Amino acid sequence: MLGRLSLSALPLDVPIVVGTFIGVCIIGIAVLGLITYYGKWGYLWKEWFTTVDHKRLAVMYIVLALVALARGFADAIMMRTQLALAYAGNPGYLPPHHYDQIFSAHGTIMIFFLAMAFMTGLFNFIVPLQIGARDVAFPFLNNLSFWMTAAAFILVNISLFVGEFSQCGWLAYPPLSETQFSPGVGVDYYIWAIQISGVGTLLTGVNFFVTIVKMRAPGMSWMKMPVFTWTAFCSSILIMVSFPVLTVAVALLGLDRYFGMHFFTNDGGGNQMMYLNLIWAWGHPEVYILVIPAFGVFSEVVPAFSGKPLFGYNTMVYATCSIMVLSFLVWAHHFFTMGAGPDVNAFFGIATMVISIPTGVKLFNWLFTMYKGRIRFHACMYWAVGFMVTFTIGGMTGVMMAIPGSDFVLHNSLFLIAHFHNVIIGGVYFGYVCGMNFWAPKVLGFKLNEAWGKRAFWFWLVGFYFAFMPLYVLGFEGMTRRMNHYDNPAWYPWMLVAEVGAVLILLGIACQLTQLYVSIRDCNLPENRDVSGDPWNGRTLEWSTSSPPPVYNFAIVPHVHSIDAFMHDKENGIDTRQAGAQYQAIHMPKNTVAGIAAGLFALIFGFAAVWYIWWLAVVGLVGVIATVIARSANKDVDFYIPAEEVARIENEHTRKLMAQAAE
Amino acid sequence: MKNKLLARLARLGGLSSALLLAGCELDVLDPRGPVGEGVKSLITTSVIAMLIVVVPTIILTLVFAWHYRQSNTSAEYLPKWSHSNKIEVVIWGVPSLIILFLAVITYQTCHSLDPYKPLAAEANTKPLHVQVVALDWKWLFIYPEQGIAVVNQMAMPLNTPVDFDITSDSVMNAFFIPRLGSMIYAMAGMQTQLHLMASEPGDFAGESANYSGRGFSDMRFHALAMSNDEFNAWVEKVRSSSEELDGQTYPKLAAPSEANPVEYFAHVEPGMFNTIVAKYNNGMIMDKSTGKMIQVQQSAMSDMNMKE
Repeated sequence: MLGRLSLSALPLDVPIVVGTFIGVCIIGIAVLGLITYYGKWGYLWKEWFTTVDHKRLAVMYIVLALVALARGFADAIMMRTQLALAYAGNPGYLPPHHYDQIFSAHGTIMIFFLAMAFMTGLFNFIVPLQIGARDVAFPFLNNLSFWMTAAAFILVNISLFVGEFSQCGWLAYPPLSETQFSPGVGVDYYIWAIQISGVGTLLTGVNFFVTIVKMRAPGMSWMKMPVFTWTAFCSSILIMVSFPVLTVAVALLGLDRYFGMHFFTNDGGGNQMMYLNLIWAWGHPEVYILVIPAFGVFSEVVPAFSGKPLFGYNTMVYATCSIMVLSFLVWAHHFFTMGAGPDVNAFFGIATMVISIPTGVKLFNWLFTMYKGRIRFHACMYWAVGFMVTFTIGGMTGVMMAIPGSDFVLHNSLFLIAHFHNVIIGGVYFGYVCGMNFWAPKVLGFKLNEAWGKRAFWFWLVGFYFAFMPLYVLGFEGMTRRMNHYDNPAWYPWMLVAEVGAVLILLGIACQLTQLYVSIRDCNLPENRDVSGDPWNGRTLEWSTSSPPPVYNFAIVPHVHSIDAFMHDKENGIDTRQAGAQYQAIHMPKNTVAGIAAGLFALIFGFAAVWYIWWLAVVGLVGVIATVIARSANKDVDFYIPAEEVARIENEHTRKLMAQAAE
Repeated sequence: MKNKLLARLARLGGLSSALLLAGCELDVLDPRGPVGEGVKSLITTSVIAMLIVVVPTIILTLVFAWHYRQSNTSAEYLPKWSHSNKIEVVIWGVPSLIILFLAVITYQTCHSLDPYKPLAAEANTKPLHVQVVALDWKWLFIYPEQGIAVVNQMAMPLNTPVDFDITSDSVMNAFFIPRLGSMIYAMAGMQTQLHLMASEPGDFAGESANYSGRGFSDMRFHALAMSNDEFNAWVEKVRSSSEELDGQTYPKLAAPSEANPVEYFAHVEPGMFNTIVAKYNNGMIMDKSTGKMIQVQQSAMSDMNMKE
């Protein structure tokens, strides 16, 4: 009846987990209680959970990402604390069984649920607004994608309290992840979390690809498209091409585990090297999926705050596209030490280095965008300059490891850990936070508090250097990753410094949360409200509509004449909004319960499959399929906003604009 | 109050001097053998080449950000300027030249530092042959020419090239002695090769550089580099052990164990390494010289438990 699930699956003997569980319960009950007390369930359901509005989904994605950040960072600081203690005979406070789950969960959560969710949030925030569209191409799929991602994240967190998570690292290399060596449920939680969130991500890729190809405003030819949209486009292509590879690799691992097959086992003709090839054929493009949109953010932020157009728009587009293509030619640099011949290693090493050329060009483009500009040092610009310095270092250490000869001593060491945190924190995370600060007034209608934003930046920046520069040194000292304890006296002091860095980053996160709290508290202060819709003197279309935009984004779809469409209109006295024009009824998609229902069924399916509760797994799987079929058969999925309503909303905004202008 | 502060400062000073001391212990950049030396010079050359572009980029970023700040109204402001062919040529050209240079040394060092390539010293010194098996969670070293086996310790004579054949009888690991240079994966059913040499005596830490499960952190060994005489004495010491490694005792050794102590085996059954590799390949192993699969000689090991 319950498969292999029994009371013994609850980790009641691990006080840390029990404490966390009690804490989560208290917070959870408090949140649910408050929602009930204020009677907000109907509002949440109607306005958020069932919404197909890309702006609402964007906010939900970013909330999900911030929750994932909290979980992933808790894992991170626990690991750092373990390694600051577990020296010279002291076993630390995390035994291997717990510690191994933590580093596996940390990587999985940070990549799939922090970075991917944050990125999808930014796509949703901005892409439709930037290309002058009223929504994405497939609004229902957008909602479905979100709930699939959320279901997978919930599944990962259930593993904290019911059973265990994978102890095989974030990529679950076989044969360690095979049943023979990992008979528990941990790897199965990993497999189903990846598969369910993979559906969400793949649909997101398809959705934004079609949106950008088909729904650009009239006049917006490819080479007039804003750079962030270009990066979202390249990233979506990478998602469509690479995520199916991940799905297949993990599915084959699943076949090994569930049906005793031999794709990657030691015996029976299995080939573990094939898994490494497959997982990295996804894994390497994946890091570009994440970082290319961050480049896009900086390509919007640096020009806006430098008061100049982006230097070398064409170069930027070509560089982005060449990075996209090259990212598929480098996967084997993740295992130079597997024993391939020198020519194979040389090919992949050189292909990897070649990527640094277009990436370097991008850095110079931002540099020369600042050159002879008038730079306003808003918090966004702090993140941008911090990124440019930090990412340059990360790029250099990346090329060091791209040289196979050097990688033979740096591979899998803490040098590697330092390198990829250098580019993921210094590139991806700085970029996304920069984007959040930049576009928050557009989505929320008020600016985020700048003082707390800058404090968060300084703690993150200094914390990053304290936490990860020691890891470069430790790599040279021969310390390998995923160690639980050690007795080398040379490593110990650096581990203490890294712990200090982790604490500084904790303060950075606290500042970010405070920033959100203070901003929401003061959202009605006149200096924080964004009445104009264009708080930074922006250059692209999203700044031409009100903040927050009406549900239909643009009453009249704008015409694009130039790369920086909105700046062109402002300089030439064209009213992009065409206020007071003849409005027409606007065709919009209706809310749907299908997304959240499918997500719930997917969660049930995932949980049941992990625990071998087959009847429940059938219920979940049939539920997902039936929900999607039912939704496909439903013809009542759209409605019209009457022209009078559009006129009322637009005139209201115009009145506010005039009132502000009169002040 | 003041005393407390002083004490704190003193502790801070202690910590930073510990850091400085630790700074001299960069195993990988302070190698004790020719392979490590080769890697070290490769790392140094490539970093210097990259700093040519990295340092100016960082400096220019900070200088531009400061100089063109809004409050500096004396700085030139060109609100429309966004293109310059000259700059484009430089920003594509300089990185390309550096990468071209790095590509050349990458190609060269891929061949010169290829872990499968015998060291130049093999021309006039007969290499020592060592077979390595990664087990859960310990390293088994088989010396086929000496007929001995050791767990979690290995010895080698100075200035003698060592040819390692490496496999795993469990999950994937990586065989790594940071002071000597390159690492390589250990995988079941496969043999990887590594060539290392110690040119200075010492007790070097060896480790698994690929996470392999619960006992991974203690999967460490000592690589001892010593004179020829000392090496011969070490072999004799191993031979004086009462333990032997054969089809009967091997499964006990291969069973998972954590923080395994050093163990000596006075005698090891011939062909044991090949049998361990072959048990995942229907009794076949790949012949290193021809690349063909060949049948392993049946031995007493055949009664060893083949199926995991």
